[in-house]
Amino acid sequence: MNIELIVFFIFSSLLVLSSLAVILINNPVKSAIYLVSSFFFSAVLWLLLNAEFLSIILILVYVGAVMVLFLFVVMMLDINTTEARDGFVKYLPIGILVFISIAGILSFFFYTQFSDINEDITYSINIIGEDNTKNLGYVLYTEYILAFEIAAILLLLGIISAITLTQQKSISNKYQNPSEQVNIKKSERLKIMKDKEEKL
Amino acid sequence: MIPMSYYLILSSLLFSISLAGIFLNRKNIIIMLMSLELMFLSINFNFIIFGNYLQDLAGQVFVFFVLTVVAAESAIGLAIIVVLYRNKQSINVDDIGRLKG
Repeated sequence: MNIELIVFFIFSSLLVLSSLAVILINNPVKSAIYLVSSFFFSAVLWLLLNAEFLSIILILVYVGAVMVLFLFVVMMLDINTTEARDGFVKYLPIGILVFISIAGILSFFFYTQFSDINEDITYSINIIGEDNTKNLGYVLYTEYILAFEIAAILLLLGIISAITLTQQKSISNKYQNPSEQVNIKKSERLKIMKDKEEKL
Repeated sequence: MIPMSYYLILSSLLFSISLAGIFLNRKNIIIMLMSLELMFLSINFNFIIFGNYLQDLAGQVFVFFVLTVVAAESAIGLAIIVVLYRNKQSINVDDIGRLKG
């Protein structure tokens, strides 16, 4: 048993355990922390697959940005955890059934189709050099340049929509309501009174 | 050397755990989003494995794009959750059946 296989077994079992903890633990803050740890373990497994750039990106972008966003939102909302747990026992049998059937089917398929392949998949793909980042950057800026720019536009879209969704109107500012202004009737503003004593 | 089927079985286990998580945590929409993130992680595993198997860098490039899309998706999803909580004071999925579509 070589060292790669030992590292693989340790980190894959840790990954499965922490992802089970994500879905089974009651507290959303704790499950976000377990999600962070499962991203770390899968970054190690991606390093074993010679995808160095992506494993660094997983830690920097996911753990550094997306999971911090998750933690912010979880802490901003005041969630009643016991109420959020209603129906957990009710749905437990169907959850276990889904888990066993999907895992069984997928594992059976992958094991029967790919178990006799003896190629080394921890193989580094070299196009212009031995550096994974250099190769990935080369492909990204030549072959996939259109997709890269569309991804940039998508991120801009994400920024704009997140800001416009969460923006609140400030109470201290004064706003006009044009539809109310247009729909006003004469009778609501003007009151005609008769001058009974004819003083005028 | 690690056999390819071990990695594939690991990613299928991860996928089915996250699918079961969506079924189990029906009340809490934040844990549903976290299960979705785990599901994307297992798909990324498959992209890298098959990319390495076919000796093509396209798998890793696609993981890069998937990470971009997921970052935008989770930002918008969390913004929607914040707006929802502000309006209804709850993030229970049962309370969101307002449109009755």
